[in-house]
Amino acid sequence: MASLTSLTLKGALDGLASGAFSAVELTQAHVEAVEAARPLNAFVLETPEKALEMARASDSRRARGEAGRLDGAPLGIKDLFCTEGVRSTACSKILGDFVPTYESTVSANLFRDGAVMLGKLNMDEFAMGSSNETSAFGAVVNPWRAAGSNQALTPGGSSGGSAAAVAADLCLGATATDTGGSIRQPAAFTGTVGIKPTYGRCSRWGVAAFASSLDQAGPIAKTVEDAAILLTSMAGHDPKDSTSLPVETPDFAAFVGKSVKGLRVGVPKEYRVDGMPPEIEQLWAKGVEWLRDAGCEIVEVSLPHTKYALPAYYIVAPAEASSNLARYDGMRYGLRADGANLTEVYENTRAAGFGDEVKRRILIGTYVLSAGYYDAYYLKAQKVRRRIADDFDRAWESCDALLTPTAPSAAFGLGERQADPIAMYLNDVFTVTTNLAGLPSMSVPAGLDAGGLPLGLQLIGKALDEGTLFSLAGAVERAAGFRAKAQRWW
Amino acid sequence: MTDSASSKLIQGRTGPWEIVLGLEVHAQVASNAKLFSGAAVGFGAGPNEQVSLVDAAMPGMLPVINRHCVEQAVRTGLGLKAQINLKSRFDRKNYFYPDLPQGYQISQFKDPIVGEGEIEVERDDGTTFTVRIERLHLEQDAGKSLHDQDPNFTYVDLNRAGTALMEIVSRPDMRSSDEAAAYVKKLRTILLYLGTCDGDMEKGNLRADVNVSVRRPGGELGTRCEIKNVNSYRYIQQAIEYEARRQIEILEDGGKIDQETRLFDPGKGETRSMRSKEEAHDYRYFPDPDLLPLELDPAWVKAIQYSLPELPDAKKARLQSQYGLSAYDAGVLVTEAARADLYEAAVVGHDPKLMANTVTQSVLTFANATGAEVTAAGAGHITVAMLSEYAQLIEDGVISSKIAKEVFERMAAGEGDPKAIVEKHGLVQVTDTGAIEAAVDKIIAANPDKAAAVKDKPQAIGWFVGQVMRETGGKANPAAVNDILKAKLGVAE
Repeated sequence: MASLTSLTLKGALDGLASGAFSAVELTQAHVEAVEAARPLNAFVLETPEKALEMARASDSRRARGEAGRLDGAPLGIKDLFCTEGVRSTACSKILGDFVPTYESTVSANLFRDGAVMLGKLNMDEFAMGSSNETSAFGAVVNPWRAAGSNQALTPGGSSGGSAAAVAADLCLGATATDTGGSIRQPAAFTGTVGIKPTYGRCSRWGVAAFASSLDQAGPIAKTVEDAAILLTSMAGHDPKDSTSLPVETPDFAAFVGKSVKGLRVGVPKEYRVDGMPPEIEQLWAKGVEWLRDAGCEIVEVSLPHTKYALPAYYIVAPAEASSNLARYDGMRYGLRADGANLTEVYENTRAAGFGDEVKRRILIGTYVLSAGYYDAYYLKAQKVRRRIADDFDRAWESCDALLTPTAPSAAFGLGERQADPIAMYLNDVFTVTTNLAGLPSMSVPAGLDAGGLPLGLQLIGKALDEGTLFSLAGAVERAAGFRAKAQRWW
Repeated sequence: MTDSASSKLIQGRTGPWEIVLGLEVHAQVASNAKLFSGAAVGFGAGPNEQVSLVDAAMPGMLPVINRHCVEQAVRTGLGLKAQINLKSRFDRKNYFYPDLPQGYQISQFKDPIVGEGEIEVERDDGTTFTVRIERLHLEQDAGKSLHDQDPNFTYVDLNRAGTALMEIVSRPDMRSSDEAAAYVKKLRTILLYLGTCDGDMEKGNLRADVNVSVRRPGGELGTRCEIKNVNSYRYIQQAIEYEARRQIEILEDGGKIDQETRLFDPGKGETRSMRSKEEAHDYRYFPDPDLLPLELDPAWVKAIQYSLPELPDAKKARLQSQYGLSAYDAGVLVTEAARADLYEAAVVGHDPKLMANTVTQSVLTFANATGAEVTAAGAGHITVAMLSEYAQLIEDGVISSKIAKEVFERMAAGEGDPKAIVEKHGLVQVTDTGAIEAAVDKIIAANPDKAAAVKDKPQAIGWFVGQVMRETGGKANPAAVNDILKAKLGVAE
């Protein structure tokens, strides 16, 4: 039964439908894989009993002919999602052993369609990080290693646990969130597929907020089709989230495999940055060729404000975070440290509860919003944001989607960039732009670097045009023929 | 300077001072649910029984605007003849306090839902003045910190957290504590007419922050101090009087006023410093990214405009012109919509002045004495039908004004319809001239000297009227008594 974990989500759903195996068998195989993979530190909470109970319920639903779209599929849930009755910590000490009495809309949608939860996935604390090293539960180790090396690598972040778990066949898919690249960069670092949908596609209700205007949930999956199946379940209008878009959710899987002939794909010249490894440049060129061969028209486009995106992002995101994280004050739930007076209780609680990166961003955010600095930083950043969105709007006049690298490097070693926050922030240089503009974007594994580590290409689409992204990503996936898997060492 | 302006000045040791007042009134929106959470709103629930996950700021919870609260704010804005901003925005006001679970209050800082308007306010002497409204915005209330439950701990009740408030900011257009109180009274009346706030000051559902400064008459505006959260007319007046005196004393001693936030202590009748300008919070306002800008459909606003009730000023003017009432009577009637409604229900077919007196004097005296609520249907035992019948008895001369008083008292005490009371107690006015003549004859016969004197001194007839009324037990029709006395005593018309 070991091979059950190597199935894709689609393959597993077909197997369940045909009766080749039961949800309990499928889940049991994944529960064992999770237990065996503890050295990866991908899960911060395993819920095998709950998983098997859900699987049994799934099998009986299927027996009654009531199986949903994802019935019996074992998934991992990023710890940023609040899960009813199951500890949810955002991988921060400040939430302690917080157990929500409610289920996030996105996870509820997945369970509505029959999905099985294997447990909660590791991540950077409050999704702040690009290497999964800021987690209160310790870093996730990338299942991939460079050829001939034993060095532990980052799976990327913040959805490092999600990406590692999918890459290591611990689950058939995972929820993730993306505020500046937290789905796409880990997907690129682990040879998985990740999509950040249009802002407002997925409800933010029940997802601990990092930066409200940028946060979006999305799936990390083994294939483009799997990602499409998952997103179809996760998305949907939610009246409990005022920024949720009141639009129908298409069947995204129907777009995978569709011809991309005649689509115009833009290549933005500003996405070439200094110090980017030539392999990434070459892979990008290959991607262009693949799409041209598939019948796409390739156009050169300019997104002139790209270089301002990262600084703007690192003002807007911390500003919102500084306010969003104010609720973690030790008064009602989570960690509380004593103090001689109220101010000390606040200070001690937050000093003990938040890690360095979260503190750094709260300080930056507090600073840029403070009287006398608001106009120079926050307001200016919002103007930059508008310009970046305008850049994309202009690009759409000549193309239907964009192709870029996902990240400026392959997975790097754990600990390598921890000392230099700026170097760490540079990971997000290609991804933050679409968070600022609210556009859908997706990372597809496209090849390996010289060390045998996966590299991803990013597709960026028009608002609500995830369908085109899935079609293009399917074409890249087919052309790349990416089949490599991490060699099991754990 | 007009007399009314100089009468408001405060005499200091070094000359007169003028008080300048602006108010920020916080009015709780009349709504069954909170501004962003859908949790119930109500007085009297046990601590923390009306708290949703959103109110408690659990991780991942998001605000969703309550349409009804927005409608109430628009309704209020229209009632204040104010600009309705079709596009407004919610901002976060960030600060830490245990009764503020989110760590920020959702408010409207830059772009409020309602812009400039104005209110016409009556002074006690009947003159009026205008207070300009700067803005009205929607915001969340905080919870309540309870410091008196335990010597070592503060408890927090979040029932009020997230409740919708309208903050109504005036321009500094008031010049005395009386004017400030009159403004709040008028504002409260308008809110009650509109049904957008229950106006209950005791429960804190209407409370004011008072900005006080003093200056030499006509001079430059002085530095202001803000007195927080004053929740009765009396406290507003006391706080202003104290604060103005305090500022004048400082200035007259050659000092200067520090801009600060102060608290009013009702027990001591004093204000005391809460925090100085230097200690003021930096609230780090920024647009709440969880909420979209609030955009109003002009047709929806128009529909609200059409649904507005007649407001006090318009009602007063109409009562004056439609019924010929004095400004004073009309003013008393419109103070509460129910009074005017009661009046208009009862006045049909009757002398408007008589009914105005009945409502503004008899009914209100009774209501004040007993605490009975005046509604459009009556007050206590008194119904519209009874008032109508009562007026009819007076108009038909069945009862005299003196008897009327007794009939009203019995009616108010629950003895039933006025006609039945009159019959039961034999209170019918004697208009039978025969009976009156007999009484007149008897009095004249008993007082021949006085009868003779009346011919030279006609005003002395009053004494005879009194005697006849006494003789008839107050039931005689005074007009008939007068006529018969004049004839019998030979007094010319």
